[in-house]
Amino acid sequence: MSQDDSYFAARDLSMRFGGIRAVEGVTFDVRKGEVFSIIGPNGAGKTTIFNMISRIYTPSGGSLHFAGQDITRIAPHRIAGLGIARTFQNIELFSHATLLQNLLIGRHAHSHVPILSQLAFLPSVRQAEIDHRRKAEEVIEFLGLQRYRDQLIANLPYGVRKVVELGRALCIEPKLLLLDEPSSGLNVEETEEMGFWIQDIQKDLGITIIMVEHDMKLVSAVSNRVLALNQGRILSMGTSAQVQSDPEVIRAYIGGAPEPAKEAAE
Amino acid sequence: MRAMFRTSYAQDLLLARSPAAWGWYGLLMLVLLAIPHVLGEFYVGEMAGVFVFAIAGVGLMLLIGYTGLVSLGHAAFLGIGAYTNAILLTKGVPFIFSLPAAGLLTALFGVLIGIPTLRMSGLYLAIATLAFGSIVGIVLEKWHGLTGGFDGLAVPTPAIFGYVIEGRTGVYYLSLAILVAVLLVAMNILRSPLGRAMVAIRDSEISAQSMGIHLAFYKTVAFAISAGITGLAGAAYGHYTNYLAPDGFGILLSIQLVTIVFIGGLGSLHGAIFGAIFISMLPQAIALSRDSLPFGIGRLPGLEPSLFGIILVLVIMFEPAGINGRWLKAKRWFGEFPLHRRAAFRRQKSYAKSERLR
Repeated sequence: MSQDDSYFAARDLSMRFGGIRAVEGVTFDVRKGEVFSIIGPNGAGKTTIFNMISRIYTPSGGSLHFAGQDITRIAPHRIAGLGIARTFQNIELFSHATLLQNLLIGRHAHSHVPILSQLAFLPSVRQAEIDHRRKAEEVIEFLGLQRYRDQLIANLPYGVRKVVELGRALCIEPKLLLLDEPSSGLNVEETEEMGFWIQDIQKDLGITIIMVEHDMKLVSAVSNRVLALNQGRILSMGTSAQVQSDPEVIRAYIGGAPEPAKEAAE
Repeated sequence: MRAMFRTSYAQDLLLARSPAAWGWYGLLMLVLLAIPHVLGEFYVGEMAGVFVFAIAGVGLMLLIGYTGLVSLGHAAFLGIGAYTNAILLTKGVPFIFSLPAAGLLTALFGVLIGIPTLRMSGLYLAIATLAFGSIVGIVLEKWHGLTGGFDGLAVPTPAIFGYVIEGRTGVYYLSLAILVAVLLVAMNILRSPLGRAMVAIRDSEISAQSMGIHLAFYKTVAFAISAGITGLAGAAYGHYTNYLAPDGFGILLSIQLVTIVFIGGLGSLHGAIFGAIFISMLPQAIALSRDSLPFGIGRLPGLEPSLFGIILVLVIMFEPAGINGRWLKAKRWFGEFPLHRRAAFRRQKSYAKSERLR
């Protein structure tokens, strides 16, 4: 297998919380440049996988690989420096800072000026700040956030915050972007718009995306491949259509009842 | 309202946002420099006290207001700074070395305390720093050979390049100079990646970490800087009181310092100054009104601490943005007069985020 076919890989990944097996023996590969979606009912272990990738949790077993490097035991703050960015299901922005400051915090992994020269705000710091600002402005322009630039996050509507979180992740200049339920809390139009952003990020910026999502319409629209999980185990993997017609997946969502449930019907 | 037209990114990095602001700060500086020539000894001394509290307030504001870490032990750092400076001066070290040494040693203590305690958060951190504060208090009291214990320690008069810093006026200029320097450093921090990392830790640790911010490192740095600035305040405090006694650096002083930050307004350097003015003026106001209060309230013991407590509670309940919040609202009201909208001044209810993911 070439490195592009296995740009990101999870091998036999497991996570136990006490007696609960949240994720059990999950193995998958993500190809460079694709949108890879993880679906599954509540409690299937989707966000747990994300939290293991961003090293908030340490896996109980198995390993994670990114661009040929084993990242299973790397310190959590070094993940961003490797080029892995993420968003959060319930939005974790810095709410008492402005939109611009939030994006600039996203540049943290790229700032290398020593702390002592920051205390004196030496010309090198000033120049680095201007460069970060230029990059942040590129992201603002890409996502059309100009008119909110100097507003506090706390004063922005939910839909905009969701886009800001995407923008903050883009400021990391990631190679791999983890999106945790990008459409949760958004209305139909906002979800559609989110789908366009995701496609733009994949096509224009060439960023590989792993996405956890419930909205099957969005999943079908943007994903190259889909992984279905249930109770911590892999149910099915393949194209969106293949996974959605898999009887195992349908059973997991509707519990084997004869009537098709809403989510499975989509 | 004045509209601001920005033409370059560098403009957003300036210390003051407009030439008019520079004018006002310059005018304020001139007035402050002229005050000792105009006002009497008593007022000059009082204002020197304001400056000393303001220095410590800026230090604590960086920690509580910007990094979101509450310390109830900052009086200990003030004490370490004051004693370090005084002891070094007694041993004949020149003031230009003893002052930075006081700041650096206190910062070092900040690191030493920070490494174990900063893995805690919220209330646990507050309790750990409280314990640290009382330990330092006991050490200052019992280490007779170094600190003089309860006999106290006279602080020698400092001199810079032969120029002796004497009397109220000398302390006034000394603490004003330290305050201006500390404010400059604090403003530099806040426009640098370091300041943004601190704000990020305050607002969401989990996503700060995902942005590549090393939590333990930046918390320790914030603690060290805060402690170091408070140590400088301690050195100035020593010259302000001329005499150090270990019981002066207890929990009451720590709470006064925290009160500065909360009453002034969390998350603003102006707030630290406003808070320091308030905390220094309140005892005077109480003393002045003591006789005119009804029912002998003015003669009740413990009036001052209880008033501090009541005011702190009222501020947290009705104006969480503190005096600085009022100041900004007043500025806005005058700026928009007579077109202000009442809704813009109504307090919005905001709810605390869950601590689930911290």
